Amino acid sequence: MNESELRERTRALLAEVNPDAGGDQRVPFRAAQFDHGLAWVHFPEGLGGLGLAPKLQGIVNDELHKGAKTFYEDMLINPIGIGMGAPVLLKYGKQEDMRGLLRRCFTGEEIWCQLFSEPSAGSDLAGLAARAVRDGDDWVLSGQKVWTTLAHVAKWGLLVARTNPDLPKHDGMSYFLIDMHTPGVDVRPLYQITGEAEFSEVFFDDARVPHSQMLGEEGQGWKVAIATLMNERVALGGGASKKGGGSIAVLIDLLKSVESQRSAAEDAVLRDRVARLYIESELLRLTGLRARAARHSEGPGPEGSIGKVAQADISKEIWECCSEVFGADALVYEHGYELRQGRTTVSDNRLQAKYNLLRSRAYSIEGGTSEIMRNILGERVLGLPGEPRVDKDMPWKDIPRSR
Amino acid sequence: MLFEFSDEHGELRRTVRDFCEKESDENRVRELMSSEQGYDPKCWSRMAEELGIVGLIVSEKHGGADLGMVELAIVAEEMGRVLLCAPYLSSAVLATSALELAADEAAQNEILPKLASGEAIGTLAFSEPAHPWELSKIAMTAEADGSAFALSGEKSYVLDGSVASEILVAARAGAELALFRVAPDASGLSREALPPLDQTRRIARLRFDRTPATRISSGDISDQLNRALDRAIVALAAEQLGGAQRVLEMATEYAKTRFQFGRPIGSFQIIKHQCADMLVAVELARSAVYNAAFASEEDPESVSIAAQMAKSYCSDAYLEISNRNIQVHGGMGFTWEHGAHLYFKRAKASEVLFGSPSFHRERMAHSLGFGAR
Repeated sequence: MNESELRERTRALLAEVNPDAGGDQRVPFRAAQFDHGLAWVHFPEGLGGLGLAPKLQGIVNDELHKGAKTFYEDMLINPIGIGMGAPVLLKYGKQEDMRGLLRRCFTGEEIWCQLFSEPSAGSDLAGLAARAVRDGDDWVLSGQKVWTTLAHVAKWGLLVARTNPDLPKHDGMSYFLIDMHTPGVDVRPLYQITGEAEFSEVFFDDARVPHSQMLGEEGQGWKVAIATLMNERVALGGGASKKGGGSIAVLIDLLKSVESQRSAAEDAVLRDRVARLYIESELLRLTGLRARAARHSEGPGPEGSIGKVAQADISKEIWECCSEVFGADALVYEHGYELRQGRTTVSDNRLQAKYNLLRSRAYSIEGGTSEIMRNILGERVLGLPGEPRVDKDMPWKDIPRSR
Repeated sequence: MLFEFSDEHGELRRTVRDFCEKESDENRVRELMSSEQGYDPKCWSRMAEELGIVGLIVSEKHGGADLGMVELAIVAEEMGRVLLCAPYLSSAVLATSALELAADEAAQNEILPKLASGEAIGTLAFSEPAHPWELSKIAMTAEADGSAFALSGEKSYVLDGSVASEILVAARAGAELALFRVAPDASGLSREALPPLDQTRRIARLRFDRTPATRISSGDISDQLNRALDRAIVALAAEQLGGAQRVLEMATEYAKTRFQFGRPIGSFQIIKHQCADMLVAVELARSAVYNAAFASEEDPESVSIAAQMAKSYCSDAYLEISNRNIQVHGGMGFTWEHGAHLYFKRAKASEVLFGSPSFHRERMAHSLGFGAR
């Protein structure tokens, strides 16, 4: 199928179901998009695709943008299911109802979550301890997952669990697609330093998952997990903000608008800090542009991993600097700490800055700590030798762990 | 604004890198930095004749290659990488740009071909001790006697001021900022080489005592000279980037081969993470330099801010990286024998030259509307 036929096919879809027709057209429209093979054009026919090259999805999205005011963003509908779960299910799944699973994933009728991190396995994901023990046609689960996004609304969970503790850590894991409504699965909100719960903790107390829900083979959990995370990187590879936008714009606005209690000397020091942060933000943005240009021409360059480290440090400091602009008013926290679900969004710069002083503490932890990112830069980009691994070849059960 | 370098750019970089690696290895740098002149005239001639990079930004009608800031940044980056000892920044960048942008045609016709061919070394004496990097605060005022002028006073931190044969002076004619030409043997001119912190780049103090000078510009040239200085600042930032990249390589190489406690020291996270931080700084510096270089071609209005950003970021980054490099090398890094100190000294001197990071940040803050009230 060539490009113009693909455009034609997309227009035919829009003629059949109109996203702008009023009411919520999301499910019927996305279902039709799936049935036309326009969900993921690189997927096989009948499973939401047409067996085309992945980059042709851009043609479909372009035509969808042109043809209707309403455009459904994958990342807003079902970020983990669509971006990371579907490709892994397609590659490793043996489910009978593959088509139905993918279709409901794409429409957002069934939300997915990812059950990887544990209290004792953060940076060292391969050290995870959640156990799955075989019992007939089922596996019986016990243990705890943490930092799970969307767990409270999810139907399906992508789960890595330890199926053989006698093997070295990377070898003894298996990967499951688990129904989150299974008895013995308990989802509890995880409250953060802001008082909000953006994430959940998930507890397994003898929850049963059928063997047929295993993705890949027994013992291949690490390989499938890595495949999932590679898709995460693609899914999260968003665009750089525009010049002078984002957090630095908030800081400069506050510097100009908040009435100053500062002496001339304090003011000079603060201005220098703001100017430095402006420069660093702008250079970070430009480095992101260079990284994307490099990805197009010669594959991922070092700029991508560099961005994560620099972004964390610079953004954290920008919000700290906003707090300095506030002077004594930084003592007041208008949002309060009532424990609640969700994430604060405010457009007022002052309130946003107060919130982000706290929320930004996670920037250097979530999605890979800055320490791990620096290891990656040191080892994979600069070619420095790795730390000696004390746990690589010993049976998982013998590895020392936190109490 | 994606900083796309052409095949010609790549070819230029390879040519200059090959030349620099052959003609300016560390032994050569050490010879030249302790020599009388501070550079090798034969090497300079070859840079002009074989490589054509001395007249890189000189217009074609004056015998140059008529290339722009992107090419200049490439060349300067490669020179900074090897600490090339040559009057490039002074003659081929600053004096050349001052003439190209601010001088009368007759002076351009006479002087630029000599600079482009390498036959003459030029310098722009503008710094005065009280406010060395602000053209608006230049106080030296020429005494007029008919069409002739005489200069009195002092210019300091003049790049290659001892060896230059074409001496250009920025001074006032009345209230106007103007460009003057002073003969190297003019009466009342004394030139004193200053002992440099960075021996790979020479500086001098020039004293004028009723020294005859020819005015070679018309009207007030503040804007033109500021633009010339911006070019020099971008070239200096590119040198800093090249040096920083080289220093990162030195530190990384050493961390891979130096063993302590039975392991390469680069396998310790404390060393590895320092190298990772250096890498982050080098890549941000790269964005700063390429942004400023490409801005000259794509968005000339933004060059000043881009130059301020590049100079302030690259100065901080290079100094920090060359400092950490000494630390990674341990005792070895503090010796005269090891090259780490050459880069540290170049980094420190480059940080100061043309204005400190905070000086440029203050100027940028002002342009962005949050300067001093």
